[in-house]
Amino acid sequence: MSGISKAFRGVQALKGVDFTVRAGEIHALMGENGAGKSTLIKVLTGVHPRDCGEVLLAGQSVSPQAPREAEELGISTVYQEINLIPELSVAENIMLGRQPRRFGFIDWKELHARARRALQRLEIDLNLHLSVSSCSLALQQMVAIARALDVNAKLLILDEPTSSLDEHEVAELFKVMRRLREQGLGLVFVTHFMDQVYAVSDRITVLRNGELVGEFKTAELPKLQLVGKMLGRELSAVEKVGDTMTLSADENTTRDPFLAAKQLGRKGGVEPLDLEIRKGEVVGLAGLLGSGRTETARLLFGADRRTSGSITLDGRAAALSSPAKAIGAGIAFCSEDRKSEGIVPSLSVRENIILAMQAGRGILRLLPRRKQEELAAHYINALRIKTPSPETPIQNLSGGNQQKVLLARWLCLQPKLIILDEPTRGIDVGAKAEIEKLVDSLRREGMAILFISSELEEVVRASQRVLVLRDRKKVGELSGEQINEDRIMEMIASHE
Amino acid sequence: MKQIFTRKNLPILATTFVLVLLFGTFSVLFDNFLSLRVVTDLFASNAHVGVVAIGMTFVILSGGIDLSVGSVVGFTTIFVATLVGKHEMHPALAILLALLVGSAFGAGMGIFIQVYQLPPFLVTLAGMFFARGMAFVVSKQSLEINHRFYSAVIDAGIPLTDKVILRAPACIFVAVFVVALVLAHFSRFGRNVYAVGGNAASSLLMGVPVGRTRIWIYTLSGFCAALGGVVFTFRTQAGNATNAFGLELDAIAAVVIGGTLLSGGVGYVAGTLMGVLIYGTILTGIRFYGNLDSSWQRMAIGALLLVFIVIQRLLTRAPAREHSH
Amino acid sequence: MNSASSTFISRFLQSRIVWPLAGLALLLLFNLIFDRAFFEVTTRDGNFYGPMLTVMRLSVVVMLLAMGMTLVIATGGVDLSVGSVMAIVGTLVAFLAVKHHLGFPSLLGVAISVSLSIGAFNGVLISCVGIQPIVVTLIMMVLGRGVALNITGGSPLQVMDSGVLFLGKSFIMGVPVQIFLVLFVFAITVMLCRKTAIGLFVEAVGDNETASRLSGVNARGIKVLVYIFSAVCAALAALVSIGDAGSVDPDGLGQMLELDAITAVVVGGTVLTGGRFTLLGSLIGALLIQTLATTLIRQGMDSAYAPVPKALVILVVCLLQSQKFRAQIASLIGNFRKPTS
Repeated sequence: MSGISKAFRGVQALKGVDFTVRAGEIHALMGENGAGKSTLIKVLTGVHPRDCGEVLLAGQSVSPQAPREAEELGISTVYQEINLIPELSVAENIMLGRQPRRFGFIDWKELHARARRALQRLEIDLNLHLSVSSCSLALQQMVAIARALDVNAKLLILDEPTSSLDEHEVAELFKVMRRLREQGLGLVFVTHFMDQVYAVSDRITVLRNGELVGEFKTAELPKLQLVGKMLGRELSAVEKVGDTMTLSADENTTRDPFLAAKQLGRKGGVEPLDLEIRKGEVVGLAGLLGSGRTETARLLFGADRRTSGSITLDGRAAALSSPAKAIGAGIAFCSEDRKSEGIVPSLSVRENIILAMQAGRGILRLLPRRKQEELAAHYINALRIKTPSPETPIQNLSGGNQQKVLLARWLCLQPKLIILDEPTRGIDVGAKAEIEKLVDSLRREGMAILFISSELEEVVRASQRVLVLRDRKKVGELSGEQINEDRIMEMIASHE
Repeated sequence: MKQIFTRKNLPILATTFVLVLLFGTFSVLFDNFLSLRVVTDLFASNAHVGVVAIGMTFVILSGGIDLSVGSVVGFTTIFVATLVGKHEMHPALAILLALLVGSAFGAGMGIFIQVYQLPPFLVTLAGMFFARGMAFVVSKQSLEINHRFYSAVIDAGIPLTDKVILRAPACIFVAVFVVALVLAHFSRFGRNVYAVGGNAASSLLMGVPVGRTRIWIYTLSGFCAALGGVVFTFRTQAGNATNAFGLELDAIAAVVIGGTLLSGGVGYVAGTLMGVLIYGTILTGIRFYGNLDSSWQRMAIGALLLVFIVIQRLLTRAPAREHSH
Repeated sequence: MNSASSTFISRFLQSRIVWPLAGLALLLLFNLIFDRAFFEVTTRDGNFYGPMLTVMRLSVVVMLLAMGMTLVIATGGVDLSVGSVMAIVGTLVAFLAVKHHLGFPSLLGVAISVSLSIGAFNGVLISCVGIQPIVVTLIMMVLGRGVALNITGGSPLQVMDSGVLFLGKSFIMGVPVQIFLVLFVFAITVMLCRKTAIGLFVEAVGDNETASRLSGVNARGIKVLVYIFSAVCAALAALVSIGDAGSVDPDGLGQMLELDAITAVVVGGTVLTGGRFTLLGSLIGALLIQTLATTLIRQGMDSAYAPVPKALVILVVCLLQSQKFRAQIASLIGNFRKPTS
């Protein structure tokens, strides 16, 4: 096998991306949310048909139409949400769909022997009879890899394999990956963990907004430059933040914080961290995907139980054990997952706007219909929500307008603190600018805002103070004049 | 064999324990209870429920449900009786035809469920109404089956001792059980059923033929329901369109008591056998007691179901907690 | 025409009661052409009788159950226990009237409180313990039937209470009392749903439970509430049913009616997966099924065959809601049109 090469020319999610993996290398595929990593992989494995372009495997043109065909060609994938049958045994999961048979019946002895061989290739000793659901996620990952290898894979794609593993487990995984590299396999390693890329990969391909940024040898690409390429800003090209800070640092410190969290954390979620938000202040949470931004927000809102730390609101201790209680205390949370945690799809714009307010009023005191319509009309007008009518189901609106409806849902409560998790994700440029403007005006009105975004530029523009997170840990805090993209990127990229 | 006492096996172990406890209690309470006779009767008189429940086990393992089985049993009894009684068809041929009709009916529902992605609950609900109505279309009157073949089948059986014979219905029940056991644990189809019920989306990505498996599952359930109907006619020697009213719920209950999760993917055919036997033992016990009516059976089954489900729920909840921390 | 009426018409055409209403209209039209006698109303002792009134009378019990079932299904659940709740309540009421000579108010009190506690039990197991609705209510169905049988030892009972008999047999202004009862319960339910926030919360929870909880909606409370309401509706249905029959058969009362109620709701346009619901649609659904059966029977179909058309209605409704089926029909029509254009 001289080497595996692939080339694509997609149209929308992928704009003519070229991607090459050689046999016997670990190739990292990097990019922020929406960069097109998962689309690329799904095209490669036959989940999505490609619009144009070509895939070459060992010099031959192939076009798998389904995951199964891709597997037969030698392209195996282990997805982030490990695709195994939880209640079946380890051995069965490795062999499902290709169980060896004798006289038409499954030959369990042979099945176990083959499963054991597959695991031995990874040098893993695991009880084959254990049901997969009772294995740790790391072991499940290994089972999935063993399954992928059993079909004589030439190319193994690992989609975010480390996102739920601890340090020790990651090290084990890397050992296995290196072993497979020595056996001549090509490995694609999709991840957003910078340190891991440098620990294990030979080459890096960076995607951004569905376009190829470039392919680099890992050893020749400094970490800072990689961050720049992922975020689409060359270090040298970063302009000094033009917007003036309306609040000076002194003004900030004189005010008492509205919310103060001490050693707030959750096992498996975020490591304990301190956080303060003052009235009339925007605090940004910066960090790459999976760095613990959303987890922190959910803890503040009571959507997840914290396992450590305490929170005070206006100096008084607050339990915030459920969303309802957090809302009662004046906290609002606009989730990043608009579809499954935000909109109530078949209800109207009006109903979506008043939902949280009505929940606060309880069952009996229904907001009068007139008042509902007034509120809806007010926010449709104020936030310039484009909708045929307040009675249109929210699912018929564009992403940006859905986002504005969700903002309206929270704003009509007049919260003291609003947490905005990726409020600009997946919406067009015009709507983005409007939302940024809105954030600023809310701050001027005295609202406390926690602003989370993958786009550093946005965080820098909006925030008076920025907390930087990396690998579920707080790694630094910047305020006032210190805030600029370079500093944040350095903190994200830095070692301990 | 340390692996017997795992969390996964706990429900079926609990079921076994309950069966032994029930049987033991009745044996102490009543003379003559602990006898081979009672055991063979248990198999014979619950054979139709057992056969249907075994088919239902596959459906529930795959994460679906089949509400039509009771009506299919009723339809089969009257269908066979009419063919034999009115059209003078040989019973063997009539039975074969009935089995074919039942399987085709199940396959039809499976195709609707799979191709149009309809909820199994509604499709089999429609199937239940349809089969019951068609049973009345075949004949509204109850019809006796008088044929040498039937008397021969009823007299047939495997003698276990001098006095105790394993009757034909019981033999069929045991045979279906053995075949189902092999199918579930030694065929790719059986393992695919578990995979589809465990996680249909993953199964698809792992190359399991999900659609084909699903259609076969409902076909199998239709076949078992028809066979249950045939067994029913062996016991009653008659067909009646109103037969086996509500049997689907008994079958589902037996499957659930047997430790199979209604959410799919977890359970054993052997558990269903025990579920059916628990069902039968309670009924037999009540009959031995004399002055208790069948309401006690229902209440006992209901209470048992409740206890089992709550235990199952607590068991399945626990590992989720471990993961999140 | 002015724009106000045209938006009204377009809104009506988009609403989900159009299909069941069209089905019902089609049936009535059929009867208008082939069976005029269907619409005949005769008076005896000042009371109205006739096929139409019989259809309504026959659908009352399912209508009552369907109202509770609609809210349950709107939250994404299902309640299989209503038939058994009917059996328990019906048997208990008849038993207490005969053995303990309780008056109608206390009987009503017993009926409501018994159903309330069964509903609460269902609701708590579903929303707090987290067991699937179908499992919980299936258990309640088996258990409840046993309890009902146990009250009398399985034997049927006469209904002696005049209040219960009044609900089932009497007329007000020539119209059967039970029809007024349905309208009354319907009015109350619509008021509860639309004049309080219950309707909004039920739809929100059924449509997206996570989003509702994150907006502060008490999803658990709402779920418990709908199962309680469903059980109370079943209790009312039991009173009407035993009043009409004049006797109680603990084994037969309410048997399989849960499935009829689910059918009515689904035919009425509320989807089994939850979300938007229509109470009026469910009433029309119940009426549609009964009208279909009566029409076919009057056309000479044996009444025993009635389940067959019911099955076909369910299947058609399911298919109409299936994306794939719609696409197939659309492409079929497209192919049909192509050669001409």
